[in-house]
Amino acid sequence: MTAPTTRRTIEVALGTSGLDANGMPIRAPLVVQGNSAVALDGTSTHEPELDSDHMLINIGPQHPATHGVLRLVLELDGETVVRCIPHIGYLHCGFEKIGEYRQYNQIIPWTDREDYLNSPGNNVAFAMGCERLFGVEITPRCTVLRVIAMELSRIISHVVWLGTTSVDIGAFTPFLWLYQERENVYNLLEGWVGARLTTSMTRVGGMAADIPDGWLDGLRAFIKGFSKTLEESVKMLETNAIWAGRTVGLGAMTAEEAVNAGLSGPMLRASGVAYDVRKDFPYMDYETYDFDVPVGTAGDVYDRFLVRVEEMRQSIRILDQAVRRLPDGPVNIDDPRLILPPKHKATSEMESMIHHFKLVMEGPRPPAGECYVAVESPKGEKGYYMVSDGSAKPVRWRIRPPSFVNLSAIPKMVEGHLLSDVIAINASIDIVMGEIDR
Amino acid sequence: MDVTAVEYRDAMRPIEVVWHLRALGHRRFLRLKVELPKRGTLIVPSVIDIYCGADWLERECYDMFGIKFEGHPDLRRILLWENYQEGFPLRKNFPLRGRFSRAEQLKQALAQDPEARYSMNELSIAEAFDSLPEDMRRRLAEDRARTGSEGGE
Repeated sequence: MTAPTTRRTIEVALGTSGLDANGMPIRAPLVVQGNSAVALDGTSTHEPELDSDHMLINIGPQHPATHGVLRLVLELDGETVVRCIPHIGYLHCGFEKIGEYRQYNQIIPWTDREDYLNSPGNNVAFAMGCERLFGVEITPRCTVLRVIAMELSRIISHVVWLGTTSVDIGAFTPFLWLYQERENVYNLLEGWVGARLTTSMTRVGGMAADIPDGWLDGLRAFIKGFSKTLEESVKMLETNAIWAGRTVGLGAMTAEEAVNAGLSGPMLRASGVAYDVRKDFPYMDYETYDFDVPVGTAGDVYDRFLVRVEEMRQSIRILDQAVRRLPDGPVNIDDPRLILPPKHKATSEMESMIHHFKLVMEGPRPPAGECYVAVESPKGEKGYYMVSDGSAKPVRWRIRPPSFVNLSAIPKMVEGHLLSDVIAINASIDIVMGEIDR
Repeated sequence: MDVTAVEYRDAMRPIEVVWHLRALGHRRFLRLKVELPKRGTLIVPSVIDIYCGADWLERECYDMFGIKFEGHPDLRRILLWENYQEGFPLRKNFPLRGRFSRAEQLKQALAQDPEARYSMNELSIAEAFDSLPEDMRRRLAEDRARTGSEGGE
C-alpha cells in the first residue's frame, strides 16, 4: 500500500495553441500597438518600452471569483502582480465567543456554519472533541456512520471545488454534471437527518438519527453513478489544453515552503508531502480502512486538481468498505449523562423525565480538562481545541481553520503571476470564507 | 500548527498562549503553553521567523486577545477592522453583544469611511503613484507623524 504520485498525463503535441514545447503555458504579456493589443513573442527577451506606473486594484469583496467576501488588494505592473495584500473579516460573526455561552450540544449547529460545504465533517470533529473531554467511547455502528458522513461531505466539498474552479477557468459543463451529483448527496443527507446543507447530524455520544431503511441502497446507487460522472468530468479537464494552460506551473509551492507556511490538506499534498490526518493521527478507525494518500510532484494548481480528484476516488473506496462493514447495534451510547431518554419514557416515567429536564436545561458537564482534536477536512487539518472548567459551557472553543492558514500563503503564491492567474490560484486554495472569518 | 490563547473564567488565573505544533515526519504532536499574568504586559515573542504560517494566526490572536507578538512585522487587526474601538472580543470581560449599544454601533458604521479600510501600507503604494486624494494623503501624513516612521509599514 504505497502512496502513488499523481500521474501527469498531459501529452502535449508540439504546436498546441497556448503551450510551448515543454507543455508549459506560454505567458506573453500584451502590449498596445496602434489600436489593438498584441502578444509579445514569448521568446523575445527585450522588455516592452512601456512608460507606466504600478496600479493598485481591488478584487472583491463582492466578486464572484473570490468565492466569498475576500478582498485582495493587488499592486500591478502591467498585468503582473507585484504585491498582493489580502483583507478578510467581512464575514466575522464571533463563533468562538458565542460558543463560550452555549452548551456543548448547542454548539453543534454553529459548526455547520463555519465550513458550510463540510458540515457533517465539522459535526463529527466537534462531537469527537466533546467525547474526549467526557471520556466516553462511541458505539461501533456510530463510528462507521460517521465515516460515511465524513466521506460524503468530502466528496461534496471537492465536487463544489471542481465545479466552481472549472467555471472560473472557463469550463461550464463539469459544473453542471458535478452539481447534479452534489444534489444526490444532499438528497441522501436529507433522507438521513432531514437537513441538506446545515446537517447538525451528530450529538455528543452518538448521532441525531440512525439511517432509515433502504438508505444504504441509495448510497450504493450514488457510489456507482458518481464514479461515472467523476471520470467523465475529469476526462474533460485532465488533458484539456485550456485547462492545462491555465493551471500548470501556477502558484507552485515547494514542499519546504508548504510546510513552513503551515499548509495542510490537498494544498500540502500537492507539494509532495504525504501528510493526512487520517493516516498520521487516525481517528474513527481510519487506520483499518484501505485507502491511499495521493501526493503531487510540482505543487502547482494542476497538481492540486489531480490530488483532489484522486481523493474523491479514495473516498469512494472508503465508502464502499464502510457500507460493507456497517454493523448492527445501537447508535448512541448508553449513558444517561449525555443521551436523552426515549420520548415514550420521558413522558411516562418520573426518572426519565427528570433526566430529560436536567439534560436540556443544564446540559451535560464534562470534567475540567482540555483537548485538541483534528480531522482531515476537505480543506486540510481542521482542529478543535476545547477547554473545559467543569461547567456545562466550554471556557474556550478554538477552531483551527485550515483555509485560514492556507489563504495566508496567497501573497507568496500569486506574486509574479498574471492578474488572470490570481483567479485560478485563489480558486485552487479552496477557501470557504465562513470558516476563515468565523 | 496553530496559535491561540485561553482566558479562564476564574479571574485569578493567568491568560495562556497556546501553540499546537506537529512534526510531520515523526508523527509527533506538541502543545506549548506560556502563561501571562493579566496585570503585566501581554507580550510573547513571535515565531514568524521559524514558521511563516504563524503570520495570520498571531494577528488573529492579537485581534481577539490583545496579546502582542514581539518581532511580528505587521501586527494589526485581521478579522476586525483597523479602527475597531471596542477592545478585544475574546477576553472574558468583553460582553457577548459588544460594549456599545446597537445605536452606537450603527452610528459608527455609518460614519465609517470605506477608504479607511486601506492600510497605511497600501496608502503608501498609492502615494508613490501620485494618485491619492487629498484627505487620504493627509491621513497618511498624520499616521507618519504619529508613528515617526517614514515607510508607513
